[in-house]
Amino acid sequence: MTSFVSALLHPGSAPPSDISAATRDRFDVYRNNVAVSLTEALETAFPVVRSLVGDTFFKAMAGVFLRCHLPGDPRLALYGREMPAFLETFAPAKDLPYLPDIARLEQALRESYHAADAVPLDPAKLMALTEEDLLETSLIFAPATRLRRSKWPIHSICKARGDTTLKPQMTAETVLITRPGYDPRMTLIAPKNAGLVDALYRGQPLGQAASTHPEADLSDVLGILLGQGAVTILDRKANE
Amino acid sequence: MSTTLKTLAVASAVATAVSGLAHTASAQTNEKCYGVSLAGENDCAAGPGTTCAGTSTVDYQGNAWTLVPAGTCTEIELPTMADGSERTGSLEELERDLPA
Amino acid sequence: MLDTLRKTLPNQAGIGFKSQHFQDLLDDPGPVAWLEIHAENYMGDGGRPLAQLRELRARFPISVHGVGLSIGGENPLDRDHLARLKHLCTWLEPESFSEHLAWSTHDTGYLNDLLPLPYNEETLTRVASHIDQVQETLGRRMLLENPSSYLSFDSSTLSETEFLKELTSRTGCGLLLDVNNVFISAANLETEPQAYIDAFPTDSVGEIHLGGHDEDEASTPRLLIDSHAKPVADPVWDLLSYTLTQTGPAPLLIEWDTDVPPFAVLRNEAARAEVALTA
Repeated sequence: MTSFVSALLHPGSAPPSDISAATRDRFDVYRNNVAVSLTEALETAFPVVRSLVGDTFFKAMAGVFLRCHLPGDPRLALYGREMPAFLETFAPAKDLPYLPDIARLEQALRESYHAADAVPLDPAKLMALTEEDLLETSLIFAPATRLRRSKWPIHSICKARGDTTLKPQMTAETVLITRPGYDPRMTLIAPKNAGLVDALYRGQPLGQAASTHPEADLSDVLGILLGQGAVTILDRKANE
Repeated sequence: MSTTLKTLAVASAVATAVSGLAHTASAQTNEKCYGVSLAGENDCAAGPGTTCAGTSTVDYQGNAWTLVPAGTCTEIELPTMADGSERTGSLEELERDLPA
Repeated sequence: MLDTLRKTLPNQAGIGFKSQHFQDLLDDPGPVAWLEIHAENYMGDGGRPLAQLRELRARFPISVHGVGLSIGGENPLDRDHLARLKHLCTWLEPESFSEHLAWSTHDTGYLNDLLPLPYNEETLTRVASHIDQVQETLGRRMLLENPSSYLSFDSSTLSETEFLKELTSRTGCGLLLDVNNVFISAANLETEPQAYIDAFPTDSVGEIHLGGHDEDEASTPRLLIDSHAKPVADPVWDLLSYTLTQTGPAPLLIEWDTDVPPFAVLRNEAARAEVALTA
């Protein structure tokens, strides 16, 4: 099977010698099935990357990628974890340095889609805390919540996909991914609030996070997190 | 900020956020970038016959790669980054990006 | 037997479930009496796929059809994947579990295709032991599906039907007879599809598959591809009718995986299958 796999992935090599002579040409059917099906899985996984580089480039790039990184297990929904790192070193795409972060954003959207369900925090629970307890309280985020910070305008680039009238400006962007129902959503976090959201996402208690980030607007941030169902429970002991 | 002031500030931010939820719930600044309902589904269908992607590959390591990105990236003209480095990355980065 | 208390699939038409048909199926499934899902698409932690499946489960008999276990593989079965299958089958309690006579994983990873294996004593022993392991782990009898073949091996010493028959007697597994695959393999390997059905251990058939195929224009001699992208071809319906005279009524599945059409089209295919079953 080792030689079968090797011949599958190297189009120039001869088909395995064990195949009956009359059907040897048919080995190409399997070569196609493997390459085409994995390429299609990557196209579905990274639609924004694909639209940025164009279909022809993406297909050729996928051909290189899949030969370096076959899926680690049969769940195609997870395939492509190595794509951001691959893009970092893929020389033909070097003029698009934001591409790896776009791939990270798309991977996060997919992870969010398949993440465990969670009941959003009832805001009343936050209101029920004493003022002192609030300071020591950390937010536990829903499994489908992701935060992606980039030095590139990843949200604007994603949003501009297919709309050439939108011109992303060169600015760092932070995107919060939430899944209020079953469809992941992206929310652009204002630059002044990005550090605070990041601190809360990492589990810092409200008091500590707020005093470390005086530039941020805590009520805006909580409005987004609670409104999007990003938080599932409160934890008052994590950082004692 | 004193502890008391900090306490009051956090408590008041929470109160503001929670009371605002009812009004802002339908006016959040977010978009569904795209539907991912079909992301990476397994099936048992076969792809196209004998003449397609699997039977030829562009030899990226062997300098046979001639393709350049040609999607909507050509519409995006990011200006020079704030720190002055070019959008295409520094020369150092270019060298680092070359395959071993 | 472990399975005596378990419900089985009805001897009626079913379709391969696609998420875009979810609402149609709840509104009016028409002749669609049961559904088949691909196991690997329901191995996430949550979200819409599992939510839809929970709701469908309450209304339809379900067949779990694995596409990635690599039962024909040279290496031991992936224990993590087997555990995921067990988890799925435990909460879902499907009416049937089936997999393919094929391999798809080797040392370097998962190849996402149903790859062929030679039929001889060595592969027979290996596949039988893998089937034993699956049936023990899942605590149920499984069905094994005949593949669509594009080539043959010099090292094969058994016919596919002999190989399958021997597997059923060694492991007690049942068989999923894919009539479209029989038609495709016969065309590609220049054999007789009816002779294959005649030689098939029809007593072990627990389910029948039907799907569309494509012809590769660029190829001579004739090459058929198991594309699941079209309606079932007329000669395959004919072969089904002949098959049913040998097997008797069986759960009959319409597969459509590529260029999936609106639900109405699948409904029509299911109605045609229902007619074939009652003819």
